[in-house]
Amino acid sequence: MTPQPNALEIADLVMHFGPVRAVDGVSLTIPRGRVTALVGESGSGKSTVGRCVVRLVEPTAGTVRIAGTDVTHLSRRRLRPHRGAVSIVFQDPAASLDPRMLVGEIVAEPLRLAGKRISRRDRDARVAPQLERVGLRAEVARRYPHELSGGQRQRVSIARALISEPMLLIADEPTSALDVSVQASVLNLLADLQRDIGFACLFITHDLSAVEYLADDIAVMYLGQLVETGSRERIFARPAHPYTQALLSAAPVADPVRQRHRQPVLLGDDLPSALDPPSGCRFRTRCPLAFDRCATEVPAQTAIGDGMAACHLVRPDGTGPDVRTADPSEVLS
Amino acid sequence: MTTASAPVLEIRDLSVSFPTETGTVSAVDGVSLDLAAGEIVGMVGESGCGKSVTAMSIAGLLPGSARVTGSVRLDGTQLVGARESALRRVRGREIAYIFQEPMTSLNPVLTVGRQIGEVLQVHERMSRRAARARAVELLTLVGIPSAAQRVDGYPHQLSGGMRQRVMIAMAVACGPKVLVADEPTTALDVTVQAGILHVLRDLRDRLGTSVLIITHDLGVIADIADRVVVMYAGRVVEQAPVDDLFAHPRHRYTAGLLSASPQPGRHAGTDRLTEIPGLVPVLASQPDACTFADRCPAADERCRTAAPPLEGIGGADHVAACWYPCTTAPTAAQEANR
Repeated sequence: MTPQPNALEIADLVMHFGPVRAVDGVSLTIPRGRVTALVGESGSGKSTVGRCVVRLVEPTAGTVRIAGTDVTHLSRRRLRPHRGAVSIVFQDPAASLDPRMLVGEIVAEPLRLAGKRISRRDRDARVAPQLERVGLRAEVARRYPHELSGGQRQRVSIARALISEPMLLIADEPTSALDVSVQASVLNLLADLQRDIGFACLFITHDLSAVEYLADDIAVMYLGQLVETGSRERIFARPAHPYTQALLSAAPVADPVRQRHRQPVLLGDDLPSALDPPSGCRFRTRCPLAFDRCATEVPAQTAIGDGMAACHLVRPDGTGPDVRTADPSEVLS
Repeated sequence: MTTASAPVLEIRDLSVSFPTETGTVSAVDGVSLDLAAGEIVGMVGESGCGKSVTAMSIAGLLPGSARVTGSVRLDGTQLVGARESALRRVRGREIAYIFQEPMTSLNPVLTVGRQIGEVLQVHERMSRRAARARAVELLTLVGIPSAAQRVDGYPHQLSGGMRQRVMIAMAVACGPKVLVADEPTTALDVTVQAGILHVLRDLRDRLGTSVLIITHDLGVIADIADRVVVMYAGRVVEQAPVDDLFAHPRHRYTAGLLSASPQPGRHAGTDRLTEIPGLVPVLASQPDACTFADRCPAADERCRTAAPPLEGIGGADHVAACWYPCTTAPTAAQEANR
């Protein structure tokens, strides 16, 4: 074991729910203190990866290492000492906070689950700084979730996730259920906490503007597999995989002058079924540039800098065609 | 796209309130807006600001308990207070709706063709066979591949994007003058959203349909709207052509909204998102105050004691309800352009 293990190492992760191949061979490493965004459309399996990492589900195959410890198949009892190393914040704080518990109990719950017997006074003393850290007053501890706004509830979720001082935070669409003006404050909060505390973060989202704001690295997922990984700078400046290119071109920019000069790549609406994914490259059924080989041969991962792209058209030096500048008549409408 | 001709839809001083156990709640407070022929107007605002209630009240879709006052004219015909039988002729034929979640708006046990055909059978008195044939044409129009096969399929066999296309086909079946799209892409992925926005724009170009699109997503507004109406706590706070609004937001709320959303090229390491402090107020009539005063950096006593009128600022087509409008507030988007 290396002296400074990575916060998260996922190797060949597979998660099948019966015949549904939700995650089908994902490998991903997050070094300590880095923020990696996992992006993809609904149904791509990105949330399932997060659920495997916190062991809400037990993976079908592959390994998940958190801070160097293999937690893939640990029993609940054996897992417990490692629970504090990784926490999760879910999308909808109204659904992920127990309505019958006081905020103070909710935030202290991870301590209780870690087997620490603490008095109420101790608990309040531990909870108050956590609430303060996420921008809530200590009195909030004596309220119920329904008394709080959506943004405040999400702050409670974040406080609960961070009380065990985890090395890794899984944030699964943490701002998607919030209003724009509230989203900004939660994104700012996550950025501040991450910088001050230095936890690593797997930021699962479909919101590319939030990704650019928060992430250091990006992993793009399509139908259970990663199609591209790389640094934020590289992915936004020079996306290599046609799917990444299409995704970036489809996300509208909140600036009418620029937005109207952009030409979104229209992919067609049908994400293929995870029950029976396409042969070869899984993206080929929607890819404007697909050719014969894509149907017969699974594309290898071409290394690009620290990351990779899995596409036959990406050349060994990391360059390749761009669907955004391809002839529009070739593009599906 | 401003036109001198009379607007297709003319909303004047529309107010909607609901009686509750604890008193009357005012959801929409004096909204006025016009929709010209072939124009796409985007209505933007956060949840609870009254966007959807405004939309629903246009064709009288609100529950009976709602108290609606003011005027909604479709080509001059008054719809507020109109008889139910008259409204029924308008709905689906003159004014059509599409909603956020297509699956809950479609009947799961009827084929797609039957559901589109039903609109035509009711409003156009078409035969079942003719209606089915027209349904195939409509599905093709909204970009559904192999429409002749899909027409006999059921909603559950379609993806979310395809379902929303079916909803659009159903909505435009009778060639409505006005299409109200309430968060039509919110439940969809961005790649699918781009396709749906493309269809809406295409329908406007080909059929001349006027579109009122309601969304909280400024990117969608920037993409598709000709003109923008910004709502806050039941009132219109700003209204302007889309370029003008993004380049020169006048109301402090609009300016806050624009700088609160992450922009390309911005990163937490070098940049902070502007937060709008406080919460959207609980809807209650505050006739003598600006509803945004509690969250506004520029608010003073005047804002808390008198509601600012919606006035022209820098041209008649740009109006804002603010006592202290922003003079030059370049948005983050503009700065990034430089």
